[in-house]
Amino acid sequence: MSGNLRTLSQKVWDNHVVHEEQGAPTLLYIDLHLVHEVTSPQAFSGLRERGLKVRRPDLTVATTDHSIPTTDRSLPILDPIAAKQVAQLEANCKEFGIPCYGMHSNNQGIVHVIGPELGFTQPGMTVVCGDSHTATHGAFGALAFGIGTSEVENVLATQCLLQRPSKTFNVRVEGSLKAGVSAKDIILALIAEIGIGGGTGTVMEYTGSAIRALDMEARMTVCNMSIEGGARAGLIAPDDTTFSYLHGRPFAPKGAAWDEAVARWSQLPTDNGATFDREVYIDADKLEPMITYGTNPGMGIPITGVLPDPSSIGNTMERESVEKALHYMGLEAGKPILGRPVNVVFIGSCTNSRISDLRSAAAVLKGRKVNPNTRVMVVPGSQEVKRQAIAEGLPDIFRAAGCDWREPGCSMCIAMNGDQLQPGEYSVSTSNRNFEGRQGKGGRTFLASPMTAAASAVTGVVTDVRTLL
Amino acid sequence: MKPFLALESRLAPIPANNIDTDQIIPARFLKTTSKEGLDKQLFFDWRYEADGSEKADFILNTPRGKGVEILLAGDNFGCGSSREHAPWALTQFGFRAVISTSFADIFKGNALKNSLLPIVVPEDVHAKLFALPEDAVVKVDLLTQTLHLPDGTAVEFPVDPFSKACLLNGVDELGWILKQDAAISAYEAARFSTLDTLSVSV
Repeated sequence: MSGNLRTLSQKVWDNHVVHEEQGAPTLLYIDLHLVHEVTSPQAFSGLRERGLKVRRPDLTVATTDHSIPTTDRSLPILDPIAAKQVAQLEANCKEFGIPCYGMHSNNQGIVHVIGPELGFTQPGMTVVCGDSHTATHGAFGALAFGIGTSEVENVLATQCLLQRPSKTFNVRVEGSLKAGVSAKDIILALIAEIGIGGGTGTVMEYTGSAIRALDMEARMTVCNMSIEGGARAGLIAPDDTTFSYLHGRPFAPKGAAWDEAVARWSQLPTDNGATFDREVYIDADKLEPMITYGTNPGMGIPITGVLPDPSSIGNTMERESVEKALHYMGLEAGKPILGRPVNVVFIGSCTNSRISDLRSAAAVLKGRKVNPNTRVMVVPGSQEVKRQAIAEGLPDIFRAAGCDWREPGCSMCIAMNGDQLQPGEYSVSTSNRNFEGRQGKGGRTFLASPMTAAASAVTGVVTDVRTLL
Repeated sequence: MKPFLALESRLAPIPANNIDTDQIIPARFLKTTSKEGLDKQLFFDWRYEADGSEKADFILNTPRGKGVEILLAGDNFGCGSSREHAPWALTQFGFRAVISTSFADIFKGNALKNSLLPIVVPEDVHAKLFALPEDAVVKVDLLTQTLHLPDGTAVEFPVDPFSKACLLNGVDELGWILKQDAAISAYEAARFSTLDTLSVSV
């Protein structure tokens, strides 16, 4: 840091320091704690064992997303273990006084979709959730990161976390995206460049003209996958795009409080001349649609590219990783990825289930038919996204094309709820992880944008959407 | 949390980089509402065939993988999801330390809160550990932050001093944070009137 010049993340950090003491990490205040059914039950049990209450239920919001079915919600959950987990979240929230957008709420949805949508997520906040994709909320200039269940318990009990500051990492993206290229391609290109552990120990800030040009939903897509590059969090400075998105949302400040908030939020962007510990540059003009071929999100290539040849990799363990990935994926080194058959297309997840994602997929699918060999699931991120999609007639477009239009949740991104690939099946998925078995044991995932997913749905093979525009 | 006492053990090597938490414990096992009973689910899809039988060549199914307390893994261990079920499953299986060249941030934090010590070693030491004979025993001394190899080499490893104190004394962070109640209340009082981030209410 030069002089008193600070980056965005440093400013948010400084505003939340509760206590500092030699030999201990910083005690950081948390403004918003998002809770879901999977990583919280053991934390609530911990509170009960210690006889503790939730310190700030008014700063805590819960929803069900991971374990719930995406089929008819008027029916009970068939999986008794999932049913118990969902029921337990609702019971825990009731017992501890936490607002919960449960399975039958009009505002239920993926936790990282409803936080922004309802205006809970605001610039300058510290936001945590027992979920690594909490980085999503960084799109608003919030310092947002995923935590484990012990930390969920800490935050429930004290509204604070013990944290060491991370290094700062400037991801500068300049230029403009070409037709068929989207925010998803920016983040997949970044992770392919730095590797899945490339951002470990850092907080990323996405800067540059290409980032400034993105709307809020696209910014959320970028920040969402910061964790896939290993970063603790990823932020974008708040600007007029941020303020317009937030204005009028149910939990955004109103009236005079709004004006004060905007004035305060306007102080948050990184000071001119502030330095970062690390920088990387991406030329948006040169980006192509990206797709992953392997078993971690760093194994990505431009869609027109060929699969890497492990024999060209010097480092033994790295070479074996690529060999193992190609073997798991049933792919051959040196061959193109275009034209690979696709069994399933999944459009959804906290990365790409917002209205703009659905619109971009629908634009490709409109007036076309899904290939008869391909099954397509479209899963909106929230009840609100679903309502908006219905108002715009998107489900009709999806259904006419032959897609399955479902209820909101995490669905096949994490395959906890029965929405899953069969062993050996290939998906083109708009989600965030292609780890072995992530979408079902033995399933094989190609991560890509909603446009690429929709294009591949039409042809039944991995397809460059630019050929269909 | 259990105090981290002296540790001497053989190594269970898994020579792969970027072992993610979905491999350590697949997501379908996260529907549990308990912390217990996760040892069987550790590395489940690497450990078991579809019919439930053990995959004979996976390290934890070999004699080398029995009674072992230190896992040796490739770079960026524990990447991906924030699930604390990963260290719960590792410790319930019997692991007390994982050695790698690097760890994902969230996993490292979760491990330290469960008496599972993440030990970062330089690449040359890492390679040397992978080359050790099967029955080689290494010794971990947390107090001096030293890893002792069978040939007498002593390698220092970093540990956050606060986490180290928690591990040695078997105490968790929450007790310490609860003692800062006055500071937390003062912070809330000072911010309440100026920041609407505290105005969330339903």
